[in-house]
Amino acid sequence: MCSSRSRLKRRRVAELTAAPTPSAIAAGDQSGDTGGGARGSGSGGGLRRLAAAAPWLLPAVILIAGVVLYPAYLMIYNAFRKYSKYGFDQGAAGWDNFKLALTFPGVPIGRILINTVVWVVVVVAGTLLISLALAQFLNKTFRGRKLVRLAVIVPWAASVVMTSSIFLNALNPNYGLATRLLRSIGLLGQDTALTQQPMTAFWVAVVVAIFVSLPFTTYTLLAGLQAVPHDVLEAAHVDGAGSAAIYRRIVLPILRPAIAVAALVNIINVFNSLPILQILNQTAGYNEGLTTTPLVFLYKNNLGPGVSSALSVINFGFCLVIIAIYLIVVKPTKQQ
Amino acid sequence: MTTTTDQVPEPAPAGSQATGGNAKPSARGIGPNRRPNPIGIIIGAVLIVVVFIAPYIVMLLGSLKTQAEITKVPPPFGLPTGPHFSNYVDVWSSSVKPLNGLIATAVISVGATLLVLLIATPAAYYLARFRFPGRMAFLFLVLITQMLQPTVLAIGLFKEFLNWNGYLSWVALILVNGAFNLAFAIWIMQAFFASVPKDIDEAAVVDGAGKFQVLTKISLPLVWPGIVTAIVFVFVNSWNEYAAASVMVRDNNLQPLTVSLPKFFGFYTQDWQYVFTVTTVAIVPVVILFGFIEKRLIGGLTAGAVK
Repeated sequence: MCSSRSRLKRRRVAELTAAPTPSAIAAGDQSGDTGGGARGSGSGGGLRRLAAAAPWLLPAVILIAGVVLYPAYLMIYNAFRKYSKYGFDQGAAGWDNFKLALTFPGVPIGRILINTVVWVVVVVAGTLLISLALAQFLNKTFRGRKLVRLAVIVPWAASVVMTSSIFLNALNPNYGLATRLLRSIGLLGQDTALTQQPMTAFWVAVVVAIFVSLPFTTYTLLAGLQAVPHDVLEAAHVDGAGSAAIYRRIVLPILRPAIAVAALVNIINVFNSLPILQILNQTAGYNEGLTTTPLVFLYKNNLGPGVSSALSVINFGFCLVIIAIYLIVVKPTKQQ
Repeated sequence: MTTTTDQVPEPAPAGSQATGGNAKPSARGIGPNRRPNPIGIIIGAVLIVVVFIAPYIVMLLGSLKTQAEITKVPPPFGLPTGPHFSNYVDVWSSSVKPLNGLIATAVISVGATLLVLLIATPAAYYLARFRFPGRMAFLFLVLITQMLQPTVLAIGLFKEFLNWNGYLSWVALILVNGAFNLAFAIWIMQAFFASVPKDIDEAAVVDGAGKFQVLTKISLPLVWPGIVTAIVFVFVNSWNEYAAASVMVRDNNLQPLTVSLPKFFGFYTQDWQYVFTVTTVAIVPVVILFGFIEKRLIGGLTAGAVK
């Protein structure tokens, strides 16, 4: 082991000290960008550096192209193809799939579109507000802080499918523990079955979605809080600023980038959240408690890949619109 | 001259305003240095812990109940009688049949994690260390991937892997989980690689090491915390993946737990104790894994995201 390495070392040193040998050139530049810039210039050097980078990056490019970009292309392609009930391609469909996706009889599409907006806004805003308080609390130093922080990550590590299933059990109208608790404190009527009616199930799902989004958001904001300089807080305090003013004028502006990252990631995650509604909304088929994402999967089973692809494309555009509105209205990147 | 004498008592009124008293400075200090109110901290800490782990306590206790106990009306609030640890033995032969799902989940997550490790590590290292034409294009590609999820492209994935039946559907899911976690792993790993001073690499190069040797012998040992963070993340994400698996694995016996388990709690399920046994078995290991990287969740994740 040791001897082979030193032999290699001697050979390489000989190569470097002598004039560049063909093998050294073929291996690309050894010293990175500066060496490459000094030795080669123009497109020849660029090509050679690209060739040197290829073995390191090509597998990643191939995987992304094959499993992310290609299915994206397939989805858009399928959105414009007509499919038989059994999945056979029957030629071009124009915009028919898109029209069908938005007008299929029995689908309360208006309600579902409104739900989707409400879902994203309420879950993301609720998550951010609670996380701001949680992060502030977890940033204090106290005994047992590590334990509390560990408790907060549990819903992050646990599968959303399984967390939702626990809530489903706890809200069972007969033997659910949460049902009994809510009834005993008078928050729930004796005959109400929260998960068996579309709209109440939707709001239960909102609560669960906030619950599972809190850990990531809290940790992102906690990371942002590390950037708040202690001496600035102290100076503000000495100058007579109250805690509320300090939080609003100093802490929040410094947290801005972290809030922006958390909000964007949450908008994407929450918009595309599938299992929470699928599990907690026990009403079968098309109903008024859905958002567009679970509707895509219902369409896939009932109407085939054409219509569901069309709705997926609409869905993705819808998500981009919500992100655009967020960026325009909230201006998360604006410097204060 | 007067300013120096005036400035000394200045902080006291400000501090007393915040703490409420004005006779003497609070024992807990003032301003940002003020130690938090211990009662408030205890109440807050207990409240947070209870809210965040309550569902999982319900799960854990439920996994130790008998079927009669877990479907009792009204449900008892107390601890399970018994407790019936035998559920953890009986579940394997019960109607829930979790073994197939558990094997599928384990194979797919381990496979996806190894795939990401194999592909993301060299890519992240090269990105952090070298400039080359197309670097920005590659970063852009990674960024786009990070914004997409299997859920968004599920129908496309369904069509692409339509003919990957049987165990091939596991291979397909390994590729999908690998691809969709790749971007995140590359981001976070390259941030860690970039944090190692370049001089160390250059010294190794002068000593005759090739790029690959520098990566494996010099950089990897230095950035292993970053690698571990990325690995745990990819593993946990693959372990919990649901949307792609739900459309890509059609053979009931090969479906991972996230897909096979929900079938057992429709309207008619009575075997909740077994469902909870399975979820406990599935959740506890990943929570422990996640606990190991807890410290790096602060800072580590955003280091990758912001750069």
